Amino acid sequence: MGIVTPGFRGRARTADEKLPPGQYLVEDFPVLSAGPTPRVRTENWRFTVTTETGRTHEWSWADLLALPSETPTVDIHCVTRWSKLGTSWRGMSLDTLLADVDTAADYVLAECHGGYTTNLPLEDLLDGQAWIAYEFEGEELAPEHGGPARLLVPHLYFWKSAKWIEGLRLTLDEDLGFWEAAGYHTYGDPWREQRYQGD
Amino acid sequence: MVQGRLAWRVGRLAEVRDETPTARTLVLDVPGWPGHLAGQHVDLRLTAEDGYRTTRTYSLAAPAAGDRVAITVQRVPGGEVSPYLTEVFAVGDPVELRGPVGGWFVWRPTSPDPVLLIAGGAGIVPLMAMIRARRAAGSRAPVKLLYSVRTPADVYYAGELRRPEPGLDVTVVYTRKAPADWPGEPHRIGIADVNTAGWPAEFAPQCFVCGPTGFVETIADVLVALGHDPRRVKTERFGPSGS
Repeated sequence: MGIVTPGFRGRARTADEKLPPGQYLVEDFPVLSAGPTPRVRTENWRFTVTTETGRTHEWSWADLLALPSETPTVDIHCVTRWSKLGTSWRGMSLDTLLADVDTAADYVLAECHGGYTTNLPLEDLLDGQAWIAYEFEGEELAPEHGGPARLLVPHLYFWKSAKWIEGLRLTLDEDLGFWEAAGYHTYGDPWREQRYQGD
Repeated sequence: MVQGRLAWRVGRLAEVRDETPTARTLVLDVPGWPGHLAGQHVDLRLTAEDGYRTTRTYSLAAPAAGDRVAITVQRVPGGEVSPYLTEVFAVGDPVELRGPVGGWFVWRPTSPDPVLLIAGGAGIVPLMAMIRARRAAGSRAPVKLLYSVRTPADVYYAGELRRPEPGLDVTVVYTRKAPADWPGEPHRIGIADVNTAGWPAEFAPQCFVCGPTGFVETIADVLVALGHDPRRVKTERFGPSGS
């Protein structure tokens, strides 16, 4: 849609400082995981979206690749304070994957191979803000970085960009994920330094 | 496109009402509005001519009246959006919105339970929606409202809240400056206010607390200390956003 709001200008916008507070730049790509790296074979790969009523939508690897892909170039920010600018990915927009999902849910629990979970507001996955990514810098996504496919939500700390994504569970109330239940921030906005509960 | 309430719609400003010198109610005409529950929000999306776009969330202030929905916006000095909405946005102007959003902090008129509403400042907005939904539905659920404001001039919906309404008790607490006939000194709401103006915990009311983060934290702690079941205490915290 995209209508202009008459007379709205927004705040004066200057050259963006690209590094959120408390972050430093890295050129490599550090790996942080809660456990051993799962090796997920694409022939066994499934991605499911389960609504609050229990309705399940499912994609195989072939189903996923048949969808239109996008190639976002984004900055990523880890809660452990490294940031990496201008990273390039290929993946499917969550807008595409959720297009036919009818839900009244406000929250999502991302569930992964190995049992890792992380929670997000559903609205943070929509409007071009999130992808299921399967390529990084033109190469297939390595297992240690979440391959074959991971969630990519660059506007939140990177623990929200769950590796080895298996499914999204849509819920009316917010369930805390793995790190969140362990004291990390429920939302995790790097620009507000929302690292831990109470930040 | 995502279906239903997640889809962006175009609304037009149909009516404005100034609530205080710094807060304005905006009534939007939104064709096809699906309806909502008291306590839910909408997202408003504003787009500048250069394509810059930003979104804010506002509590709905009243039940839907057909395709009309109301929000009340407090002007935040130096804010990016609220000065626009309260000073520039004019009747007839379009805006994109999405909703209703939020399924937790809601009150349903079918519930006969006693209700305790505790508002800090602009936190009155979703609680007023509950009071209005109760009235619209002819509910007899007994409701007590405890409303903390700085001064008498800061009371939203003042005329409406002054009118007697069976089963609704309104208590206003002033933190900076009180009316001449108000007993006591201005103060922040404390345990005594909640104890006096609220329900005993054994009545098991549904409690809704909305206001700035510090206010909500304090009140929620007070309610739990007074014996209220934490599962019956629903809270909503807000603060200026979009820095």
